Amino acid sequence: MSTKNNTNIATEQEKEYTTLNLGPTHPATHGIFQNVLKMDGEIVMDGESTVGYIHRAFEKIAEHRPYYQITILTDRLNYCSSPINNMGWHLTVEKLLKIEIPKRVQYLRVIIMELARISDHIICNSVVGVDTGAMTGFLYIFQLRENIYDIFEELCGARLTTNIGRIGGLERDFTPRAWELIDIFIKKFEPALKEFENLLIRNRIFMDRVIDCGPITAEKALAYGFTGPNLRAAGVDYDVRVMNPYCSYEEFDFTIPVGTNGDTYDRFMVREQEMWESLKIVKQAIEKVKKEPAGVFHADVPEFYLPPKEEVYNNMEALIYHFKIVMGESDVPVGEVYQAVEGGNGELGFYLISDGGRTPYRMHIRRPCFIYYQAYTDMIKGGMLSDAILTMSSMNVIAGELDA
Amino acid sequence: MTTSLLDTVGEKLKAKFGEGIIYSEQQYDFPVFTVGIHSIYDVLKFLKEDDEMGYTFLTTMCGLHYPNHAGKEIGVMYQLHNMQKNLRIRLKTFVSVNEPKVPTVTTLFPTANWMERQEYDFFGIQFIGHPNLKRILNMDEMTAFPMRKEFPLEDGTRDDKDDKMFGR
Repeated sequence: MSTKNNTNIATEQEKEYTTLNLGPTHPATHGIFQNVLKMDGEIVMDGESTVGYIHRAFEKIAEHRPYYQITILTDRLNYCSSPINNMGWHLTVEKLLKIEIPKRVQYLRVIIMELARISDHIICNSVVGVDTGAMTGFLYIFQLRENIYDIFEELCGARLTTNIGRIGGLERDFTPRAWELIDIFIKKFEPALKEFENLLIRNRIFMDRVIDCGPITAEKALAYGFTGPNLRAAGVDYDVRVMNPYCSYEEFDFTIPVGTNGDTYDRFMVREQEMWESLKIVKQAIEKVKKEPAGVFHADVPEFYLPPKEEVYNNMEALIYHFKIVMGESDVPVGEVYQAVEGGNGELGFYLISDGGRTPYRMHIRRPCFIYYQAYTDMIKGGMLSDAILTMSSMNVIAGELDA
Repeated sequence: MTTSLLDTVGEKLKAKFGEGIIYSEQQYDFPVFTVGIHSIYDVLKFLKEDDEMGYTFLTTMCGLHYPNHAGKEIGVMYQLHNMQKNLRIRLKTFVSVNEPKVPTVTTLFPTANWMERQEYDFFGIQFIGHPNLKRILNMDEMTAFPMRKEFPLEDGTRDDKDDKMFGR
């Protein structure tokens, strides 16, 4: 029987694949990502990711800047939660300098970091909703992200690229208005997040769309270096906040949510639950701050922490320290440190080699996005093109962090 | 606890690889081992696959450049994590800048794929056996390796940024 003319089913040899260029600026990829996909109809057969479109050479620039000027580079890594990146850098340098941070400052930092984590997860989860066609949840919850940015604005003057905190503490204490805004946020956030969850998590259309979409097993996730919510969705309870606590995280009572399948639904649910846990941590931190001596917002390290401006004009010592810090002349020990924080996407690590000079000899950033994004083409193989889009948005790949 | 980790792991590695372990030191909370280039793959394999070691997670790796260390200018740093016991160690290996060849570890850790491409891109380290060793963050047409120390941060022909007092 001759098959060639009578049927549309092609044999393996005569099959023609389509090459589809997804990106670099595709509206559904939320950032500059290019994936050259080999398609069989609507099925993704193979793919290749191209990264580096917004590479800004942070590691090279960092070798030419004094320590306190590197904070602004970290803002631009994962710009959805830049305060966590800022704190990660401060903690790294403080570890190198062996600076003891007062408890109150640690708790204030925890508040800032957990608020940043909530805003990061709001973006990711609401965008997963948008990509499945559910615009409403996005509109409800995005207002709350605005409220978090208002808090950041009150704390440091900036909203997105915050440059928050300094080496040795925070640049200023929380204002009464900031505490007020945090209270307002907590009150508004709980019902809003509940409403958002009501719209999506038991929604049959949403569940059918995201369950079994872009799954990854725990073994594979570990082999690919996954960390953060994406690893936890696969069922591994690894969290830097618990494994290697920093900023007194060991004193807080919270749980690490884990998933089972590592699919889009699990990633969504893990982030959802993490927002509740973060909220819990923020509340506990507020209580803890109340018990600490008021007004402490930095460690007593005059050789690294800028003195208040009025003292610089009236006090000889302050002037000297001001000059030394700004010119990068403070003595830094020789050595190398690695400090990791739990960023919005996973273990954000800073590896710093100091040769005693005014700038780092070498700074390397472990960027969680860059490491787990290499599994992307593997995860979308054999699935539909529309699943590939969802997988990417639920993995929360941030171009700034990917390309450094 | 971490100081003893330096001793326990160090003793095991010395017993097994002898001359391959060149130097060991404690850097803050990390034990750091400098390993000879011929042993690095075997050491990583041992650390990953030995039951007592269990360093199965490659946290990160990065290239290093010390132009003044003759014959050992280019380095690679590996950072491993034993997640079950929560132990972390760091390994380093150094090669000459004229022949920067390091065996790939992609066969042990698939995650090393892009990490090695990144270090090739920035330091020109040739990872022998890597399945797809090409530039990743920089453009393909680039000829230099920009993270090496001799590569200037800024275009040397610019004169609008000259600051005589403090340098750049």
